[in-house]
Amino acid sequence: MSYTEATLQLLSPAGALVESDATAEYLPIVEKLSDDELREFHRVMALTRAFDVEGTNLQRQGQIGIWVPSLGQEAAQVGSGFAMRPQDHIFPSYREHAVGIIRGIDVIDIVRLFRGLTHGGWTPSEHGNFHIYTMVLGSQTLHATGYAMGITLDGKAGTGHPETDEAVITYFGDGSTSQGDVNEALVFAASYQTPELFFLQNNQWAISVPVSKQSRTPLYLRAGGFGIPSVQVDGNDVLISYAASRKYLEEARAGGGPRFIEALTYRMGAHTSSDDPTKYRTDAETAHWAALDPISRFETYLRSRGEGDDFFAEVRTEAADFAEDIRRRTLELGVPPVGAMFDNVYSEPHPLIEEEKQWLAQYEAAYASPEASE
Amino acid sequence: MSALESLPMAKALNAGLRKAMQDDPKVILMGEDIGPLGGVFRVTEGLQADFGENRVMDTPLAESGIVGTAIGLAMRGYRPVCEIQFDGFVFPAFDQITSQLAKLTNRHEGGISMPVVIRIPYGGHIGAVEHHQESPEAYFAHTPGLRVVSPSTPHDAYWMIQDAISSDDPVIFLEPKSRYWPKGEVDFAVRGRTLHSTAVARVGTEVTLLGHGAMVAVLLQAADLAAEEGTSVEVLDLRSLSPIDYGPILESVRKTGRLVIAQEAPGAVSVGSEIAATVAERAFYSLESPVLRVSGFDTPFPPAKLETIYLPDADRVLEAVDRALAY
Repeated sequence: MSYTEATLQLLSPAGALVESDATAEYLPIVEKLSDDELREFHRVMALTRAFDVEGTNLQRQGQIGIWVPSLGQEAAQVGSGFAMRPQDHIFPSYREHAVGIIRGIDVIDIVRLFRGLTHGGWTPSEHGNFHIYTMVLGSQTLHATGYAMGITLDGKAGTGHPETDEAVITYFGDGSTSQGDVNEALVFAASYQTPELFFLQNNQWAISVPVSKQSRTPLYLRAGGFGIPSVQVDGNDVLISYAASRKYLEEARAGGGPRFIEALTYRMGAHTSSDDPTKYRTDAETAHWAALDPISRFETYLRSRGEGDDFFAEVRTEAADFAEDIRRRTLELGVPPVGAMFDNVYSEPHPLIEEEKQWLAQYEAAYASPEASE
Repeated sequence: MSALESLPMAKALNAGLRKAMQDDPKVILMGEDIGPLGGVFRVTEGLQADFGENRVMDTPLAESGIVGTAIGLAMRGYRPVCEIQFDGFVFPAFDQITSQLAKLTNRHEGGISMPVVIRIPYGGHIGAVEHHQESPEAYFAHTPGLRVVSPSTPHDAYWMIQDAISSDDPVIFLEPKSRYWPKGEVDFAVRGRTLHSTAVARVGTEVTLLGHGAMVAVLLQAADLAAEEGTSVEVLDLRSLSPIDYGPILESVRKTGRLVIAQEAPGAVSVGSEIAATVAERAFYSLESPVLRVSGFDTPFPPAKLETIYLPDADRVLEAVDRALAY
């Protein structure tokens, strides 16, 4: 399912700005972006890709149990990520590495998750309200909707003060749209008119199942059935991803109710490092999407605006250093203390857990010291 | 002014919810038909009129949606109390309860709490169609991260619902629906026991009977009948299914030497099985007979006309008492 006539686009695959009636209201949003902001778009996309390449290498070398690449989806994530305001909350799935970088998480925490050191990794309130990854498909869309209901109950949306009014964005994929939870989230969001943006990254594949098996209709059209305004954008175009997200988030923040964006993109890598995409998709398809690459497209655009070699070389160096730093820190990661397994199962004391923790400590102590076991 | 009042459990729960909502503006109720109707069992009757639609929310008919959005509201600082209309309807929410609600504090390494209460009217004795009479407690008691409680009296219902709401952990609150309407005395001034404690409902010396929810009334009836035959029976009200307060159970077993556990749920891999195993481990030398279980059968809950056969009654409990005494 590639681009259609309905797909909004500001930047052609060749990297040229496209003007059309359909995108007329989006262009001014992009025109407000400064050169520094545009450079930042490129920088984060490049860092994210370097992170993905390094993560894949580390997995292949046995340093990470599993890797979930975002390769190819950088523009959808960076555009929407920069469209948020500081007070907004983000409920990701498990592939939104670029958004995490934008919101200030330390990517080593993502490595810790996939290395088997934690189920979470960071505290959302201390990291740009970027919530921790959710592995069960679509579950997070309900959490996002509930959070957004809370914003409404608190009177923190639709007051006419966009600088302080809050909104929520939730990420999910084409596979998740078949989940009951995503559909229930859309029902609840519509019922309670939540200040919320549903951001669907349609990367064409749910592991090995193509989107054509998930839906007989373009996915953005489903939102209409819930009474939620929606649009389909070229997810490999960082400018339209930004502009559409900005517009829809501001409408939701202003009390207009939920919005839905389908960003058409492509999972250039495997679903995870355990997957083998050569078993189910063709080289021709991958080559087709490689030609639509979000980063080279945006680089062409920036160069056409006068950005020179120096900037791109600088970013390449920074990305290489970034990857090297991740590698070094990954190899330095320790193992959590055994007792940590029992901590935080509950917020309040629980006798069974405490008993088992004590038992294990004694058991281990007995083996650690021969005298103790006598 | 007396703090004592005789009222049915449904009204006691209503009073407890009202008190919790008055005490904390972050307490909100969510569920199907809980607004103008007051819930199918009328437990929330009048609350929406008094607290408004923002605090007593009639939700769309989607259980996973109810629990999933309650999680998000809890992340925002609210203390949601969800009503699941009937026991058999909790399963569409099972994933959100067991994979999300129960694990989010752990997943956040203690960074957030999940003060969410899931109220579930459960159990048989009401002659209803399929999915309306089940006892699903074992699924939840088996899930780390959840607390599971069940009151048997209006007094406990009034206090336990407030304690459950003030807990920072998720609590599965099982309401024995066949006990919604019998009246009992509620002391509005004196709390009594803590949430997670086993209670002695009747003192005796020869056999200990243990149960929770609606089964406690059956056990008390059995104890009366046993007394007529000269057998002294102690009755324990479990109240908390996770965690289980073993102190009073072991104390009672050490005194009587015999334990019969009764429950409406199927017996295989049940809460009763867990207690039987633990008592055998910890009070082996005090036991005069094996721990016996009287349970629902390991069949789907039968059509209503057979429910009196399926559900343990005083006769089946007494048959087990006789077996225990015969060792």
